[in-house]
Amino acid sequence: MTKKPKLQFQRFTRLQRLLHILMIVSFISLALTGMSLKFAYTSWAYFLSHLLGGFETAGNIHRFAAIIMIIVFITHIFDIIRMKRKIFHSWKSLILGPDSMLFNRKDWDDFKASMKWFAFRGERPLYGRWTYWEKFDYFAVFWGIFVIGSTGATLWFPVFFTQFLPGWALNVATIIHSDEALLATGFIFTVHFFNTHLRPEKFPMDIVIFTGRIPLEEFKLDRPAEYKELVEKGELENYLVEPYQPIVIRTIKIFGWTALSLGLFIVIWIIYAMIFAYR
Amino acid sequence: MKRLILLVILFLRFYTFAQENGDCLSCHDDKTAKGSRNGKSFSVYVDEKKLKGSVHIKNKCIDCHVDLKGADFPHEEKLKRAQCGACHDEAQKLYSEGLHGKAKAKGDPLAPGCVDCHGNHDILKKKDPRSMTFALKVPFLCGKCHREGSPVQLQRDIPQDHIIENYSESIHGEGLLKKGLTVSATCASCHTPHRILPHTDPRSSIARKNIAATCTQCHMGIENVHRKIIKGELWEKEAHVLPACVDCHQPHKARKVFYDQGMADSDCMKCHANQGLKSSKDGHSMFVDIAEAKDSRHNKVACSQCHSTVNPSKLRPCESITKKVECASCHAAVGEEYKLSTHGKLFAKNDENAPICSECHGTHHILGRRDSRSPIFATNIPKLCAQCHRPGQVAAQRIKNKADNIIEEYRESVHGKGLLKSGLTVTAKCTDCHTAHRELPSSDALSSINPKNIAATCGNCHSGIEEKFAKSIHSPDITKTDKKLPKCNDCHSSHTITRTDGDNFKLGVMTMCGKCHEEIAKTYFETYHGKVSQLGYSKTAKCYDCHGSHDILPPTNPASHLSRQNVAQTCQKCHPGATRRFAGYLTHATHHDPQRYPWLFWVFWGMTGLLVSTFIIAGAHTLLWLPRSFQWKKKLKELEEKEKLDSAEEPDTIKQNEQGKE
Repeated sequence: MTKKPKLQFQRFTRLQRLLHILMIVSFISLALTGMSLKFAYTSWAYFLSHLLGGFETAGNIHRFAAIIMIIVFITHIFDIIRMKRKIFHSWKSLILGPDSMLFNRKDWDDFKASMKWFAFRGERPLYGRWTYWEKFDYFAVFWGIFVIGSTGATLWFPVFFTQFLPGWALNVATIIHSDEALLATGFIFTVHFFNTHLRPEKFPMDIVIFTGRIPLEEFKLDRPAEYKELVEKGELENYLVEPYQPIVIRTIKIFGWTALSLGLFIVIWIIYAMIFAYR
Repeated sequence: MKRLILLVILFLRFYTFAQENGDCLSCHDDKTAKGSRNGKSFSVYVDEKKLKGSVHIKNKCIDCHVDLKGADFPHEEKLKRAQCGACHDEAQKLYSEGLHGKAKAKGDPLAPGCVDCHGNHDILKKKDPRSMTFALKVPFLCGKCHREGSPVQLQRDIPQDHIIENYSESIHGEGLLKKGLTVSATCASCHTPHRILPHTDPRSSIARKNIAATCTQCHMGIENVHRKIIKGELWEKEAHVLPACVDCHQPHKARKVFYDQGMADSDCMKCHANQGLKSSKDGHSMFVDIAEAKDSRHNKVACSQCHSTVNPSKLRPCESITKKVECASCHAAVGEEYKLSTHGKLFAKNDENAPICSECHGTHHILGRRDSRSPIFATNIPKLCAQCHRPGQVAAQRIKNKADNIIEEYRESVHGKGLLKSGLTVTAKCTDCHTAHRELPSSDALSSINPKNIAATCGNCHSGIEEKFAKSIHSPDITKTDKKLPKCNDCHSSHTITRTDGDNFKLGVMTMCGKCHEEIAKTYFETYHGKVSQLGYSKTAKCYDCHGSHDILPPTNPASHLSRQNVAQTCQKCHPGATRRFAGYLTHATHHDPQRYPWLFWVFWGMTGLLVSTFIIAGAHTLLWLPRSFQWKKKLKELEEKEKLDSAEEPDTIKQNEQGKE
């Protein structure tokens, strides 16, 4: 008789995982195609642009990926509304409850405690479901979608927008679109990558966003506040599931590696372009 | 008394038998009146009107028909011929000495008499256009007998053929028949009207020693214009060695070109047909392939016309030749051009590498430029010039650094491909830009490729563009400046010129603009258009898409593509529906200029500030985390190992819940 595997804690729903995968695909597509234009003066951009099938195809990929990302965004908004109805039952509990994505008092305390912890002046804070840096990442995407999305639309339909905007607004939109994209890609492929994947204890990557599952012991250690709350409420058992088969894990890792490498490649390319080929 | 009687008789006769024309016409004005001779019947009708219109209006019938004087009516049928010589004794004399007269005297039925040329009752003055001997009609008159296929031409010994055809195409025939120049030479001008003699007869007007006199009746002072061919002093000192007019200007075929000298060539060929003939000086072959010469453009030019100092009075006529062939004697204008050219200047300096006429055109086998075998046939020209201008060859060595591989470059250029691959002989060849005979370096003001002249040179084929360019801001006529203005070749290059619809050109030409418009080109590459072009795609606005190419004007000029009136239309070429406001897009924007583009400058630095501060905060956070993270890694590893040990004993108490909260 085969031994039953240890149960794992389920952190992300299936939809959340799917949205993140779509987010990765669209984000990397946008980054590669966009950067190939932004850093057009580098030989890498030239190579990439031709690899992707020319600037027109790259442009089409860029716009298609943008639509996917907007769909991801809208789906997420609908998911929040669904969660409010099914799980939180009220906006109040969604926004002010312990599992809220919004910054609250605990985040401020956690941040201060983290600083102390980093400085070896205290213990690791008892992080809850969402840490403050995760919340920062989350809202960075909100901000990014609005800023990059709106300026992107202006550049996509310049003839329409110049019916009520001056021509130079397109130049301004270009700067905002491009620099905000630089910030987004730079941030995701360095800070986010480190905080979630490349951090020594998670190295080389944390696949929880793909599997949705985290070993119970690790969860207990990582998010003590959430664990404690669930145990107190007696709801922990509702979140325990069997781990995936090794083949699934392997597939996930291949995807993860691909995304990670592409992201790091883009970062290196950006740094190269900024330092050695900037014009 | 006897005398008196005779006088009376004469007097009486005169009165009694005075035959008025009317008397004759009383019978001869009958249109049906017929006579017969040797059994043949013919009309004896005389048209009174014609008779009255003729030069002989004052003469009586019997003045010519002298044998009828005093004859009774009806007179005898068999009459003597009208005796023209009775009055025209001079003409009659010449006639009887000439070929026609002698043949007539011998009873040659084909020999012409007076009436054959002059008519009979209707003889008109030769200045009367209706006259058979009117200048314009002379060739037809003579042609009656001397045309191809006529009995005279077939049965008599006439040394020339196609006389009338040749004449009508000759300069004389053309002048007479096509241009109506009645002063032009007709048959009679050279052969005389009445005493026509073969050229072998020393009395003949066309005898070798008389021919010059015959020709100079009209061509007075002709020796003055022949000095290029025949040295002036020879005309006076050694006239006997001179060729006769017809040696060069063939009779009946005379044109403004030179003609076969006949036997002279065969004299030369006596020696030069020998394949083993060598120069006694340097041993080079002196053999002349006559077949080649006959095939050449100069097939009607005699040897001695080019090898001009030949002296036929010498045993070896060519021993007097001391000079090389001087083509410019005939091709004078070309010769002048050549003297101006670098080739000609080198030749004047006795440069042994200087190309002379024969190096490009050949010697005895000179062919026209439309002959595909000719070295100067369009598609052979690059090869011809390459002989000296290919890297390593004499010209390339002399013109250091510049003449690098021009031939190969030309081959790959749009002109070279057009010429050599597509066989478009109208395509620009070396000689079209550099000229065939006056090639000069571009630094020479006379050069066809001098910056001042290059637009006109290109405009030879690319017409219309030159005019456009002349009105543009780049034209020296419009912009007065000390700075260098672009010429055709600055953007299109010269030997490497490519098609303008290829990406290489479309993108490459922007570099050309950038050479002078450095700052504006740099800022262009900061915009979307510039970046796409940098990626190597031409399907984006490039300099000339907005500014135009040959018709560039400043935006302040209403005719400019970028003027207030035209700018939206220019944008619409790619952006349908673009408005004036759309055109406000800064196509040469830079965010490095706070004065001109404050919005861009501050937005850029705002964004950069946001970016830098975010990275500083997040980066610091991450770095601070690092030591703890390593510590935490150890802790997790311990936990993992502990779990491995535990899992062996610990029973699975937690209820399985596959669905979870999904």
